[in-house]
Amino acid sequence: MFRLEVRTSTPAWLNLALPLLAVAATLVLCSGLIALAGAGVVESYGVMFTASLGDSYAITETLVRAAPMIFTGLAVAVAFRAKFWNIGAEGQLLAGAVASCLVGAIPMPGALAMLLMAIVGAAAGGAVALVPATLRVKFKVDDVVSSLLLNSVIYYALMALIEGPWKDSFSGYPISPPIEDSANFPVLIEGTRLHLGVIVALIAAPLIWFLIARTTLGFRIRVTGENPEAARYGGIPVERVLISTALMSGALAGLAGVGEVGGVHFQVMSDISPGYGYSGIVVAMLARLNPLGVVPAAIFLAAVMTGAEAMSRATGVPAFLSDVIQGTALLAMLVALLFTAYRIRRVGAAS
Amino acid sequence: MSTPAPLIEMRGITKSFGAVKANEAVDLSVAPGEILGLLGENGAGKTTLMNVLFGAYAPDAGEILIQGAPVRITSSADALAAGIGMVHQHFHLAPRLTVLENLLIGLPGKGGRIDRAGGLARLAEIGRQHGLALDPDLPVSALSVGEQQRLEIVKALFRGARLLILDEPTAVLAPSEVEGLFSALRSMAAQGLGIIFISHKLNEVRALTHRCTVLRHGRVAGRVDDPANTTSAAMAQLMCGHEIVPPARGPSTPGADVLTLDGISTSKHVGTALREVSLTVRAGEILGIAGVSGNGQRALAEVISGMRAPDTGRMTIAGQTVSRFSPREVQALGLGRIPEDRMTTGLVTNLPLADSMVLPRIGSEAFSSKGLLKPDAIRAFAEEQIRAYDIRCPGPMTRAGALSGGNLQKALLARELAFDPKVLIVSQPTRGLDIGAARFIHEKFLDMRAKGCGIIVIGEDLEELLVLCDRIAVMYEGRIVGTLDSTDATIARLGLLMTGAEGRG
Amino acid sequence: MSAVFEQIFQVGFLAAIIRIATPLAFATLGEMFSERAGVLNLGIEGIMLLCAMTGFTATSLSGSLWLGVLVAVLTGMLMGALHALFTVALGLSQHVCGIGVTLFSSGLAYFLYRLIFGQQSVPPAIKGFQTLPIPVLSDIPVLGPAVFNQFALVYVAIIAIPVAAFVLYRTPWGLSVRMVGENPRAADSAGVSVIATRFQAVILGGALMGLAGAFLSMAQFNAFTFGVVSGRGWVAIALVVFGRWDPWRSAGAALLFAFVDALQLRMQASGLGHIPYEAFLMLPFIFTIVAMAVMSRNAVAPSALLKPFRREER
Repeated sequence: MFRLEVRTSTPAWLNLALPLLAVAATLVLCSGLIALAGAGVVESYGVMFTASLGDSYAITETLVRAAPMIFTGLAVAVAFRAKFWNIGAEGQLLAGAVASCLVGAIPMPGALAMLLMAIVGAAAGGAVALVPATLRVKFKVDDVVSSLLLNSVIYYALMALIEGPWKDSFSGYPISPPIEDSANFPVLIEGTRLHLGVIVALIAAPLIWFLIARTTLGFRIRVTGENPEAARYGGIPVERVLISTALMSGALAGLAGVGEVGGVHFQVMSDISPGYGYSGIVVAMLARLNPLGVVPAAIFLAAVMTGAEAMSRATGVPAFLSDVIQGTALLAMLVALLFTAYRIRRVGAAS
Repeated sequence: MSTPAPLIEMRGITKSFGAVKANEAVDLSVAPGEILGLLGENGAGKTTLMNVLFGAYAPDAGEILIQGAPVRITSSADALAAGIGMVHQHFHLAPRLTVLENLLIGLPGKGGRIDRAGGLARLAEIGRQHGLALDPDLPVSALSVGEQQRLEIVKALFRGARLLILDEPTAVLAPSEVEGLFSALRSMAAQGLGIIFISHKLNEVRALTHRCTVLRHGRVAGRVDDPANTTSAAMAQLMCGHEIVPPARGPSTPGADVLTLDGISTSKHVGTALREVSLTVRAGEILGIAGVSGNGQRALAEVISGMRAPDTGRMTIAGQTVSRFSPREVQALGLGRIPEDRMTTGLVTNLPLADSMVLPRIGSEAFSSKGLLKPDAIRAFAEEQIRAYDIRCPGPMTRAGALSGGNLQKALLARELAFDPKVLIVSQPTRGLDIGAARFIHEKFLDMRAKGCGIIVIGEDLEELLVLCDRIAVMYEGRIVGTLDSTDATIARLGLLMTGAEGRG
Repeated sequence: MSAVFEQIFQVGFLAAIIRIATPLAFATLGEMFSERAGVLNLGIEGIMLLCAMTGFTATSLSGSLWLGVLVAVLTGMLMGALHALFTVALGLSQHVCGIGVTLFSSGLAYFLYRLIFGQQSVPPAIKGFQTLPIPVLSDIPVLGPAVFNQFALVYVAIIAIPVAAFVLYRTPWGLSVRMVGENPRAADSAGVSVIATRFQAVILGGALMGLAGAFLSMAQFNAFTFGVVSGRGWVAIALVVFGRWDPWRSAGAALLFAFVDALQLRMQASGLGHIPYEAFLMLPFIFTIVAMAVMSRNAVAPSALLKPFRREER
């Protein structure tokens, strides 16, 4: 007989070991699918690693891919800390992308354009996140469902835009007009796609960490998330905290969209996000909602995504393996988290 | 009474939760037709023992015999099959389902369907037998607390229980309802049922039971064979291990009014609303609020602590009128607050203890400035209070949920008293605490009283209120129906007021 | 305007509503059973997708439609069991596990589909369910062709609603489901296994989600595409709230949603062509959000929804 027993404190090494354990378990579990596809497991993972982290160019590509997931990961981490169940980072990202694309298409000095793109994109993401938060506070609407449904609304709105007013009248392609060249984010290393937005994402993580750990707003977010009743009793305006959290979370997700428009695609199309918003949930959970952990977690998922494409080309294993890995990693991490709150004790059967 | 084979016998039951031994080598037996009192302080292990008997907890050691044959009870299904029924302290009912549905849960149906006709017939039969009538199609939420308890008893009989366990059944009843319960229990015993009656109220145990087993710190402290002719003092001594010494309470020298309520009424919320409540607490006195639970005490605590604004009426704290009724405002005016439920309302169990200790004042200069926390100040404050109040824990960064109830209550007390409140409101201050912790809390209250703090204590334990308070007000159906000076308050007089029998006295 | 109006409310409109409502009714009933037992299943979107894929594949490989339905139902039950393992047995966060199950199931569906069928320029199709007129009943004017000249799975859905209501309200098991969703401790003390009942309810819910997925790929579209579910699972979760966790009301909510969806489809086809059709696709989702805002204040979820049950916790 085994029994779960409540831990009074979590040893520090576990905090690092658990995500690694979850990732290892995920790779082992998913190797079955590689074998099913008739490819060598070691070879396939080898290709994934080389193609994503094997040389400096590959690393820059992985970082470019990690940037939006750092933002959506932070968005989810902040929201989940307050138990604001924002599953809408995907829609908030798209809103940020559309808004920044509108601004970026206006001719103006580059630096100003970039700044305005960031501000407007963040505002758009925040505005979208405000909807489920307001519905929850005012109408008791479940935030999970409303933020999920809103993703579909925003997606179809974007599609309507690029199929309608934005449609390229020459080619007939459903894409937005490009932003001004001057608004393209500067590339940091010649010959790569490593753009300014990646650096901003890397700086955002410690800033958000500081906000959560060292400010009164962060304190209020943590307390509200853990026990809203005690928070209210202690004089914390719980509703206001939820609204602020939603704004911040949505703004971060919006910035993910800004980065994709300003630094990668320079326009908006239907597949501008291959589910970065949902990946943000995986990233945040792998990071145990710690903003600093979001960076390595996002890099891991980005490496899986870039690696999977190369692996698919080399071995024929469908690249969708990366989607399976994401789902499995999330579930594995959840199970691993059990060990922070509980430990397994062997108990003798009562005689 | 002759000695037939015991209906049920527990031998050497031991059960630990982590480091806490809730039960240690406990023996207990009940004969058919016998009412056994299971007596003990809060935390003595009564509920744990009964949960072991009912299959909710697996004992670490010991055995259970039914009519002499050993049985293994690992689930409530086993217990029910063995003829054991239990009426828990917190009712195990689904408020949105009907009386009949709550009765039929877990029973096999007839032809794949719920056996409604059979259920109705059985319910009527039990109603006739013991005088326990209930309307089968009412949702449970429409029943009074007394009726819900009746439903719990019927539920046990419905399943053919031969042994009925009642966990502090009178805590939720008015004194007049208690007599009805007792006569039903006596009727059941007369028909050969065994009954275990758990309580810490000595007068009830003496009035009802044939025999008593007394628990203390998880062990059997003694047995009483003739409770009706044993003095309360002797039984109390068994429960506590020493004569109860009331804390030394000097005469009160009340000063100015520190808290006044004038015609406060509430509406629109679950539970009993307040109707025209007026009361005054003066500096340097302790005012008790007595009453059967559910008579508006919760609404009163919520209004005073700023969680809910009343519809009408006026409240002042230290002479200043409360306008917005927010926790922040009442705190700023000098009110200290200790909630009824430490774990859900008071603390954030998953965060470090230090966080809970600074929670209400996190925005103050002491713990933050310009939106930035002062981690060192927070830690230092928590460490200082941990020392001053002798809070047993590894340190301020321990998860609050890992502390024992007594230490948590000390932490909550520390967080409020550190800011010298002019008036303190506290609900059920010692519920679930051991005697040592309770004593510590009482002494702190008396210290504060001596320093000129006004204290309002909402409690159900009349004996506690009597030793602690200078005046005791009684609530009934949302009103204050009378206020007695502690010098002329007796349990009997308070009990009468609690049923609404006596007008404003 | 009246021309547009006529075009919208022509004969086939009612039939279209019933057809659109069918997968939603299955999904909503499935989610309702799960939530009635206290388990939110956000895996529904992915489970429906995976079941649409496995059912389609089984039919495509075997040629048997009902074998495909069976495979889809079994897949749904398996994924339900997975979700129950995490949320009921291990007591993990129902929100995050549901998202995990959705990500995992959709990833698996894409992966296996690509593995089995490869990348083809024309996606493979099957000969899906054909309409099956019911003698006599289908001759009733208006109602007949709309309701009784439908796919066999539509009839299954129509029968599933009263059956679900009967199971939930009239059988001992249904009572246990409602009790573990309201007060698991009470169920436990009455000898009902909370864990087993919740597992069963979530697995039954998975089976119904499987039917929903099968309908999409084997009756409605006769092909598996990555967008075959496109938010219908999320909508079903909202419809459960809208239907106040009751089988009849939930089915009614599905019909209402289907009405809005059919309406926007007609609007796409009618003379409003200068508006991109995606603009109309937003409408059912906006409608659902607004409906939730109107209904949620009075909606009372099962008391124990989202709360894991561990017996020995004090």
